[in-house]
Amino acid sequence: MKKYIKYLPVLAIAFAACEPEFDNPIEEDNFFTSGEADFSNYVALGNSLTAGFADGALYRTAQNDSYPNIMAQQFALAGGGEFTQPLTNDNLGGLTLGGNQITANRFVLATDANGNPGPAVLAGTPTTDISNVLSGPFNNMGVPGAKSFHLVTPGYGNVANFPAAANPYFIRIASEPNATVLADAVAQNPSFFSLWIGNNDVLSYATSGGAGTDQTGNLDPSTYGGNDITDPNVFASVYSQQVAALVGTGAKGALVNIADVTSIPFFTTVPAQSIPLDAPTAAFLNSNFALYNQQVLPGLVQFGIITAEEAAARQINFAEGVNFPTMSDDDLTDISQILQGPPFGLDAATAATLGTLRQANDSDLFPLTAAGVLGTLVNDNPQLINGVSVPLADQFVLTAVEQGRVATAQASYNATIQGLAAANDLAYVDARAQLQQVAGSGVVFDGGTLTSTFVTGGAFSLDGVHPSPRGYALTANSIIDAINAKYGATVPKVNIGDYSTVNITNNVN
Amino acid sequence: MKKVFSVLVLLLVCAVTYAGGYRVSLQGQRSLAMGHTGVAVVNNAELAFFNPAGLVYLENKLNIAGGVSAVFSDVKFQNAEFGQSAQTNSPTGTPFYFYGSYAVSDHVTLGLAAYTPYGSAVSYEDDWAGSHLVNNIDLAAIYIQPLVSVKLADVFSVGGGPIYVSGSVNFNRNLNRTLTDEEGNRSNVTIDASGISAWGWSAGFMLNPVENLRFGMNYRSRIDVEVEQDEGVATFENVPNSPLAPVQNGSVGFAASLPLPAEWSIGTSYTWGKWMFAFDYNLAVWSAYESLDIDFAPEDVPDSVNPRNYDDASTYRFGVQYEAVKAITLRAGYYFDESPVTEGFFAPETPRNDSHGFTGGLSFNIGEKLSIDASFLYLRFEEVDAEYTGYTENGQTVPFGGTYKSSAFIPGLGVSYKL
Repeated sequence: MKKYIKYLPVLAIAFAACEPEFDNPIEEDNFFTSGEADFSNYVALGNSLTAGFADGALYRTAQNDSYPNIMAQQFALAGGGEFTQPLTNDNLGGLTLGGNQITANRFVLATDANGNPGPAVLAGTPTTDISNVLSGPFNNMGVPGAKSFHLVTPGYGNVANFPAAANPYFIRIASEPNATVLADAVAQNPSFFSLWIGNNDVLSYATSGGAGTDQTGNLDPSTYGGNDITDPNVFASVYSQQVAALVGTGAKGALVNIADVTSIPFFTTVPAQSIPLDAPTAAFLNSNFALYNQQVLPGLVQFGIITAEEAAARQINFAEGVNFPTMSDDDLTDISQILQGPPFGLDAATAATLGTLRQANDSDLFPLTAAGVLGTLVNDNPQLINGVSVPLADQFVLTAVEQGRVATAQASYNATIQGLAAANDLAYVDARAQLQQVAGSGVVFDGGTLTSTFVTGGAFSLDGVHPSPRGYALTANSIIDAINAKYGATVPKVNIGDYSTVNITNNVN
Repeated sequence: MKKVFSVLVLLLVCAVTYAGGYRVSLQGQRSLAMGHTGVAVVNNAELAFFNPAGLVYLENKLNIAGGVSAVFSDVKFQNAEFGQSAQTNSPTGTPFYFYGSYAVSDHVTLGLAAYTPYGSAVSYEDDWAGSHLVNNIDLAAIYIQPLVSVKLADVFSVGGGPIYVSGSVNFNRNLNRTLTDEEGNRSNVTIDASGISAWGWSAGFMLNPVENLRFGMNYRSRIDVEVEQDEGVATFENVPNSPLAPVQNGSVGFAASLPLPAEWSIGTSYTWGKWMFAFDYNLAVWSAYESLDIDFAPEDVPDSVNPRNYDDASTYRFGVQYEAVKAITLRAGYYFDESPVTEGFFAPETPRNDSHGFTGGLSFNIGEKLSIDASFLYLRFEEVDAEYTGYTENGQTVPFGGTYKSSAFIPGLGVSYKL
């Protein structure tokens, strides 16, 4: 028997040799390559987009589908290392502080009593308490809500500064209360990084319907309000500081530019014409505005208070069919005081209504938040119809003038980003072009065409601002493309059809 | 001799016996060792499967053969475009056989056979890249068959009998590529049915025109395993609570039909001293397997249509036997097994392309009556780039494919007894 035992190892080898082996296994070294890049320690820096925020919240499954995590899975095939993320506690997404809920749960697609689908807030008690500080470091340093300058602002993760000057998501992961996001990223000594920041520097202004201030010319970001546009020089200064710190460790990386915030479904879903009227109602409304159109406005021109051009823009006219709503435009001349004096002598309430009134036009954008307001009654009074007799408030309309401010700042940011990518020999990702394609003809994939249409287009989550997992997968592919091109790497892209879009459930509040 | 024996064992360690589709050609260790030839080989009771007409030519009054194989099969998948990879972790299959024959007269022999010619056990990691097609599947069919073999002349015999089949299936896949519940768990369905019975038959003849030379032919009928709605249970899991979802969580009945295809075999054997040579040709009528359609009992649950479009497939088998010493008979064989899978319908649930089977084995005779029969099969598949195009989303075909490489290694052990 003994003489046979010596054959046992040979037998074992022979058995092992029966395992199927590919001629070129993709898991073998050098099938996929990192080129001049080194993915062993990838750190992603950015805002909600980097964190994987979706459906109005940050939750676990969305974090798993964050573009940095998708990229890291692909990097792992080309020498990439472990990628850690500050996962939230649950799939509800709401945050609490000391047990009190401070942010809402995520949106899901639910059906109403009539079976019509629409976004609704997922039911449940969230369990992610931001006072429970996680021990990092985390490769994903995406901080939802962060603007460019926040990444270098000490105390942004200090709960003592919350909510005025601290961010609940950074409070969870800051290495110490007065750490900066940038310092915590650089301390990880990344071999590779991605930086996608600046979106919120214009986005919050846009999503608030331009309710904030364009701070161009104000170089002190500590004086900015939450909905303000960041001065382009401030952006350039902090952004170059970030890039310098990141490349200072010898890391290679990718810089991602800012997409047009006005092409997201948050602004493209509510139509400009949204007020359905029959002929008698339109005629009735027109008769109410006849005096205003025919005497008040020409009179104001006559007195030199407004230009003839502005008077034309302020004309109110309804017709049978679907009409443009009325709105307040704070870029118009406020005529409420003048209208109370002679010769107009209007009462204060009417004068206030007409103060910055105009009718919307095709160049205005209506945020998703306006959908729940347009055509509704104020205090159940049938005379007070939002968007008709009651003008839409400023935050429900992003006017062409406001869009112009956003576009100007964005173009400046993007010039900075592109310039710094070139100067530091980094990969440059044109997320703007990518989103234009999605919002335009769409992106064809193996299961259809990805578009930016709200709910059904597939690219965006139910907040209308942040991508769906499939949208994030497309983003990851764009960045991988840029990295492969820049560094001669061969990181494979993912199949975006494998990623989900919106979650359906009727477990809602 | 011992050295030769050891080397032979090592050489044959990698031998496995599978055939295209979910046909599992492991119906006798002696035959398997000879490339699974046997339609014209008179050796032991394995004839009950290969060609019942030959039973009447067995020298002894009572013949019994039984055995079992252990199927170790692995499938690897990779997609170089997206960097996806997967490997099956399939349970070890244990197909078995039992045959008995009894000569009631010089011209008539009765027999009984139980064997498992169809089956498949493939298990991928849950939620792998192709999980919308299959997570795991376990198909099994046991054939039980009474037989009669009649010698019409010294040179010619016929045989056959009815077949009773008891089949079972357990199959799990995700509903599609993306649907999950609120926690991100993929929505999936398991269909389960067991003890499904069906009937068929087989018959053959054997011709011995001169001494040492035999011809045989055998036919086994197509048997459709029909699952009725009150026999099958489909269980949906992790489906979100929404009228927008295609189904709801819970169990419903289902009906389905799975064909176990007909198989023609013709072959010949020639004995020359201590040597015997055998050749078989099999034609499996796989064209019967057009589509696996699952009809869920509730009308509002969309039926699952899974086109297969198999083609008839041939297998060419060669075997040789050598009576080395009185106690030991050595066997070896080779076969080429054509896959029934057609272009564009390579489903990961039965990932079989053309394969080469290398077989070997031996019988160790313990006295005159009893022998131990051992066999090995190594089934070698070329790696293949293939895709399945029968899956659709929103009416659009979504191909799933990549590179597959399979192997199977199947050792088997049996006994033969004659009295």
